[in-house]
Amino acid sequence: MSAILQSRPTIERACAPEMVFDATTTPEIAKMAVSDLNLYYGSFHALKNISVDFPKNQVTALIGPSGCGKSTLLKSLNRMNDLVDNCRIEGTITLDEQNIRTDIGVNDLRRRVGMVFQQPNPFPMSIYENVAFGPKTHGIKNREELNAIVEQSLRDAAIWDEVKDRLHKSALGLSGGQQQRLCIARALAVSPEVLLMDESTSALDPISTAKIEELVTQLKDRFTVIMVTHNMLQAVRVSDKTAFFLMGEMIECEDTQTLFTNPRDKRTADYVAGRFG
Amino acid sequence: MSAKILKACTYIGVVLSVCALVGVVGYILVQGVPYLKPSLFAWEYTSDNVSLMPALISTLIMAALSLLMAVPVGVASAIYLVEYARSTSRFVRIVRITTETLQGIPSIIYGLFGLLFFTTALGWGLSLLAGACTLAIMVLPVIMRTTEEALLSVPQSLRQGGFALGAGRVRTVIHCVLPSALPGILGGVLLALGRCVGEVAALLFTAGTVAQIPDFGGEGIFALFESCRTLAVHMYVLASEGLHLGETYATSVVLLLVVVVLNTTTNAAAKKLSKERL
Repeated sequence: MSAILQSRPTIERACAPEMVFDATTTPEIAKMAVSDLNLYYGSFHALKNISVDFPKNQVTALIGPSGCGKSTLLKSLNRMNDLVDNCRIEGTITLDEQNIRTDIGVNDLRRRVGMVFQQPNPFPMSIYENVAFGPKTHGIKNREELNAIVEQSLRDAAIWDEVKDRLHKSALGLSGGQQQRLCIARALAVSPEVLLMDESTSALDPISTAKIEELVTQLKDRFTVIMVTHNMLQAVRVSDKTAFFLMGEMIECEDTQTLFTNPRDKRTADYVAGRFG
Repeated sequence: MSAKILKACTYIGVVLSVCALVGVVGYILVQGVPYLKPSLFAWEYTSDNVSLMPALISTLIMAALSLLMAVPVGVASAIYLVEYARSTSRFVRIVRITTETLQGIPSIIYGLFGLLFFTTALGWGLSLLAGACTLAIMVLPVIMRTTEEALLSVPQSLRQGGFALGAGRVRTVIHCVLPSALPGILGGVLLALGRCVGEVAALLFTAGTVAQIPDFGGEGIFALFESCRTLAVHMYVLASEGLHLGETYATSVVLLLVVVVLNTTTNAAAKKLSKERL
């Protein structure tokens, strides 16, 4: 991996100096937009002046070394940071140009902006109930409707064939990779518009990872996906756009191809070349 | 060498504790079983036939009443402390210190409080209700602490999972957190049950020693204000009278059985409950 990345960026960076970055030329519609975001955990300044657009029906990858703030940014997008004591947020985040703190209720926001976590976290109930939990939360009671949602969500998450005969068995009996796909199905069941994935494959084996990556590329037709990843090859394989973070700052955000082959900033070049991080 | 000594020590420890348990239970059985006669289960207690039936029924009613009061309050306050209050707040710290202290207070002090407050100040007299209230206060910290521990041991990721789907706090707690904490909470309830059934000191002061079945049929709700004795109190009275030692042992056999039966049924219920959810 480092061999591929090491050779390409350095050569091409030499012939294309800083000229590519121009936010106004991006034609995509921004599904979510962050502007001038500052986030503090107590006195620790975790995110510094972040402004970034997440285009609709695209996969945006957030990369950077541990502790750079990428997960924090992700959790800001569905207000999971509200659960953290002493967390203070300045700046605005919008979903379809509505402010997520003032114009949208937090529970509605979290329905529209779903999240899959690093560790699979199925609830201690049956596979069926896990997927039906979200729709039930949002008022769907009709059995047949629920059945249809559960089946469709499990199909979308590419796990239906593996679990269709054991829907009413405990979800805790599934393997790690299956649990994670179940969690994706659970997130899809409330028909979100945006899907946040917080290193969702880092706890999984290569085969499960490949399945989930394939899933993401299929899902982006219907959803906007924002994923945090430590795996740079994964960002290259899956994402359309990549943002590089370092110590709470967003160093640059570009088309994935450009960012990896022709980074504007030296720190990005060093990071994607595997020289630190 | 030291490993061998350590191993020997653990063996000795196991043997001693098993001996103590088997010894006590065995001794009680040997002494008590011969006196287990049908007459001991007569509905009426008389000074000739020291029937334990009234005490047995009083015990069940007393334990049920106190748990009915203590469990909802204890579980609710633990849920508040863990799920709602900020873990760093001074209020939570004070409540935690208070419950820990209350857990360590000798039961006779609860008894004295019950005597002064329920029995005298509220004028309930030596009664089932005063006893149950005193026991409820006594076991409240036990239930609170164990529930708190059980809730704290539920992984944060389950709460996040609930919130991330747009579920509110109430729904998340009920559906995602409580099922995982249920075994721990039931463990606390069992502990509390054990203390209710085994308590003597606090009840002598508050519920008295009258050996009668609370007459809910005849008196309705007012039977709550009748004095009654639980099995443990019954044993204490019999033993201190010294006239019916055999029957005292027989009573302890029954008390032992009651505890075993209550424990196994509660455990079975818990198992069934968590199975049904899956």
